[in-house]
Amino acid sequence: MMAPRSTFAAAAAVLVARDLRLAQRRAGDSLLPLGFFLVVTTLFPLALDPELSLLRDIAPAALWVGALLSSLLALDLLFRDDGQDGALEQLALCGQPFAGLLLAKTTVHWLLTGLPLVLVAPLAASALGAPYGAMPGILAAVLLGTVALSLIGAVGAGLTLSLRGNGSLLALLVLPLSVPVLIFGARATALAIQGEPLAAPLYLLAAMAVLAATLAPWALAAAVRIGLE
Amino acid sequence: MNLTSFFAMGGYAVYVWPCYALAALVVGLNIVWARRSLRAARRDARRRIAMSKSAATP
Amino acid sequence: MAWVWFHRFGSPPHFYRLARRLTPWFGWPALILCLYGVIAGLGFAPPDYQQGDGFRIIYIHAPAAWLSLMVYVVMATSAAVGLIWRMNVAHAVAASCAPIGASFTALALATGMLWGRPMWGTYWEWDPRLTSELLLLFLYLGYMGLRNAIEDLSRADRASAVLAIVGVVNVPIIHYSVIWWNSLHQAPTVMKFGRPSMPAAMLLPLLAMLLGFSLYFVALLLTRARGEVLRRERSARWISEALAQE
Repeated sequence: MMAPRSTFAAAAAVLVARDLRLAQRRAGDSLLPLGFFLVVTTLFPLALDPELSLLRDIAPAALWVGALLSSLLALDLLFRDDGQDGALEQLALCGQPFAGLLLAKTTVHWLLTGLPLVLVAPLAASALGAPYGAMPGILAAVLLGTVALSLIGAVGAGLTLSLRGNGSLLALLVLPLSVPVLIFGARATALAIQGEPLAAPLYLLAAMAVLAATLAPWALAAAVRIGLE
Repeated sequence: MNLTSFFAMGGYAVYVWPCYALAALVVGLNIVWARRSLRAARRDARRRIAMSKSAATP
Repeated sequence: MAWVWFHRFGSPPHFYRLARRLTPWFGWPALILCLYGVIAGLGFAPPDYQQGDGFRIIYIHAPAAWLSLMVYVVMATSAAVGLIWRMNVAHAVAASCAPIGASFTALALATGMLWGRPMWGTYWEWDPRLTSELLLLFLYLGYMGLRNAIEDLSRADRASAVLAIVGVVNVPIIHYSVIWWNSLHQAPTVMKFGRPSMPAAMLLPLLAMLLGFSLYFVALLLTRARGEVLRRERSARWISEALAQE
């Protein structure tokens, strides 16, 4: 293992730029989870009587289930290419803190798959009957929630690295761990729609995002190292 | 307290007795399962040893 | 001094022999305690003033729920030990815990449902305990699924260890988040048990069942772990000696 010739910040910046450039070439891949989210949230009013007051009641649930499933779908993108062509191994061996590099990778992944959800969520929410005044709260909740979901999901993706088979094992691993985010996110959204103060669940969502950002890199590094053998 | 009223469990029999039956089932199955697992592991270990011995002797 | 014991316990041949010797010392007392618990609980504890004879489900439900949580903690702890100190015996213990924990979680859920039906009027409530217990079952299943999916045993040990540790962080989070959620939704009155002073005739069988189930778990664990240790061992010397004695 050679000694690092640059600082961690420089290495992370290079990694982020590379990932963004690669994603740009395959823009469709990143848009897929977004499309999925829109389709799923549309399914709810189609399946129910599209009476706006009822929709408003289920809007939090529909939004968050859609966000959860969409982020699950997006996980496929995180390690797929780099795991296959050996780039992940290079990252592990290059002498920079592996956990930090993986955190950088997950951040890019969130920018590409989570951030679009945040931007689109108000649109989906208003389609489900949420009033205008709810939007800031919904934005904040989805922002914090998708960050937490990306990190938790990344750990699951790292654990199932190079495992063949469909994504149902990944779903089984990630969904129970994501439940607290779902609960508080839906709670915050419901309060926002009702026009009530939602500081409490938002703080908890923030706490979860911070906790995930602190613990997930360690778990990710351990999991990916094991998976690369 | 006679036997009939004992089995009736104050009207809750249909809930209480299945619980105890399920518990007996789970407890019993775990014992069987654990012993079976150990037996299989022993069998495999014996087989591994036998194969390595026969491989060692040309 | 403690380190010496730690490393002796971690040595597979020692563990194997020790486990074999200790199992009956846990198994038989467990049987006696559970027999007492069931007989006294069913036959001699007075009926509850609110729930009548229906409360007797507690003698199954409470030990099962206790086991489901305790086993997960044991599983996560031994997984962490195995990961940090690279101890095969610890990984063997963790692997052995999962099927036991999962089945008792399922039992806790089933008996909870059977208890809820007469008391709450419905088989299922999104009550904090039932919900977090259900999620605990999913965590166990995920753990077993991950183990199953990875072919190499050593890799499976370590990957599932990471999962178990991440899961144990999540268990209290799930529990508290579900309590919060439930209290916000103003859940229907959670069943209250005549708690203020539980008469000894009610309490003793419960304690006996709790202890009995715990001892039973240790006996099961030792049995399973012996097999798991065998699966992880390469050097044949101690194995053929140990097996010859059985």
